[in-house]
Amino acid sequence: MSDWRPGAAPARPARARLLAGLRAFFAARGVLEVETPVLGRGAPQDPMLESWEAQAPGGERGFLQTSPEYPMKRLLADGAPDIYQIARVFRGGEFGPRHNPEFTLLEWYRLGLDHRALAREVVALIADQAALFPEWRTSRGCEEIAYADLFQATLGVDPLAADAAALERVAAAHGLTIGGELDRDGWLDALISLVIAPGFPPDRLTILHDYPESQAVLARPCAGRPGYAARFELYWGDLELANGYHELTDPDLFRQRRERDIAQRRARGQPLPPVDVHLEAALESGLPDCAGVALGVDRLLMRLLGVSRIDQVIDFPWPRA
Amino acid sequence: MATYSTNEFKAGLKLLLDGDPQAIVENEFVKPGKGQAFNRVKLRNLRTGRVLEKTFKSGESVEAADVMDTEMQYLYNDGEFWHFMVPDTFEQYAVGEAALGDAGQWLKEQDVCTVTLWNGEPLSVVPPSFVEMKITECDPGVRGDTAQGGTKPATLESGAVVKVPLFVEEGETVRVDTRNGEYVSRV
Repeated sequence: MSDWRPGAAPARPARARLLAGLRAFFAARGVLEVETPVLGRGAPQDPMLESWEAQAPGGERGFLQTSPEYPMKRLLADGAPDIYQIARVFRGGEFGPRHNPEFTLLEWYRLGLDHRALAREVVALIADQAALFPEWRTSRGCEEIAYADLFQATLGVDPLAADAAALERVAAAHGLTIGGELDRDGWLDALISLVIAPGFPPDRLTILHDYPESQAVLARPCAGRPGYAARFELYWGDLELANGYHELTDPDLFRQRRERDIAQRRARGQPLPPVDVHLEAALESGLPDCAGVALGVDRLLMRLLGVSRIDQVIDFPWPRA
Repeated sequence: MATYSTNEFKAGLKLLLDGDPQAIVENEFVKPGKGQAFNRVKLRNLRTGRVLEKTFKSGESVEAADVMDTEMQYLYNDGEFWHFMVPDTFEQYAVGEAALGDAGQWLKEQDVCTVTLWNGEPLSVVPPSFVEMKITECDPGVRGDTAQGGTKPATLESGAVVKVPLFVEEGETVRVDTRNGEYVSRV
């Protein structure tokens, strides 16, 4: 029998209130809501994200966005002011208690801010939303810590100096072994996700900032911290909510990183979607100094409601979509 | 050699790990937004019954365990082995005590059981969910006490001991749920 019924009725009014609350937050701060295409002609080359391909009956290829980042940066390069978007995004192969391949992403950009200042705005946004409704849970306290300091403090290891073998030993000392070969970044991800983050106090917010340059994605290099990039992530308890950058504006560095990503995709036998040519041209034309962040709205809702699975806040998750 | 990729992982899938057949009990996808994905998997070792947790890099492939559930009729016990037969092919299998486990107490000749084979060797036996057996030994019932739902132990022809209502007598045949070892009814 068809399992047609929606599964997240208790969260439905909360979702509507949260969406309204987010829009009110940005309206009060003079940030403009925008819309950009969900379906694009190119896709990011990031080896850690798989774009979902869509094909028209006539054969034209398109790619569902993994985030609205590229077109929003084109708006900024064209002179748009501070902007935000509440977008549906799609990530192939991501399904689990905290993942649904289609989800709602809140993405925003602030001119003249760096990643640390924007991270504090994310914290303000969360506090603002939690305060709107007395029955919602609130976070307790916020810790700001650099990626390197966190690894030093919790595992006693320097994330840049240690190689894959050394990180594997650190993991083993914490009871973690992994089936499959990992490079240094793979081990760093394993340690963050499976050893360090599970130890974050349940309701504390953690701003983790200044990531290894090898995990910069589209963050600019960190001023005054060689080998690191101006990227942050925000956790509520052990749940990753947001990822942001002091944005990379240098087109040469952008091309270098893209080449690195494509080489990695080739080496791993991953698909190679067409490159988005427009972002590169927009960077050439000039992206203003800005910081941007993407926040998982479904996950924020999970935390505000105190539920542990994403299908408790999505009426029709992928198996029943 | 058949293999499964982590994106095919789901409960019930049988893998060959550390030389033993293991069944997935739980599979959890873990991934930082911009980082490497992992599968945290809870597995039950089908040989030892032990449950353990393992983490795989997503996209890895793991060898499949050649494990097959086959319906077989129980024939007899020769003192060392319990003999089963596939009804369609008359193929016979001898099951040792370790693989038989707790199923031994529910075996009655000609009953059809599920025998799990690993590389053609019996790994475990699941008896029918319900069996009908004769009571070989139990104390006489106490009349007039049935309303209170009292029970007494009864030994079945297979040697199993189950709790039966007081009105059930020695020599009668009863129906038992082998999954929880509880009396269901008189036959």
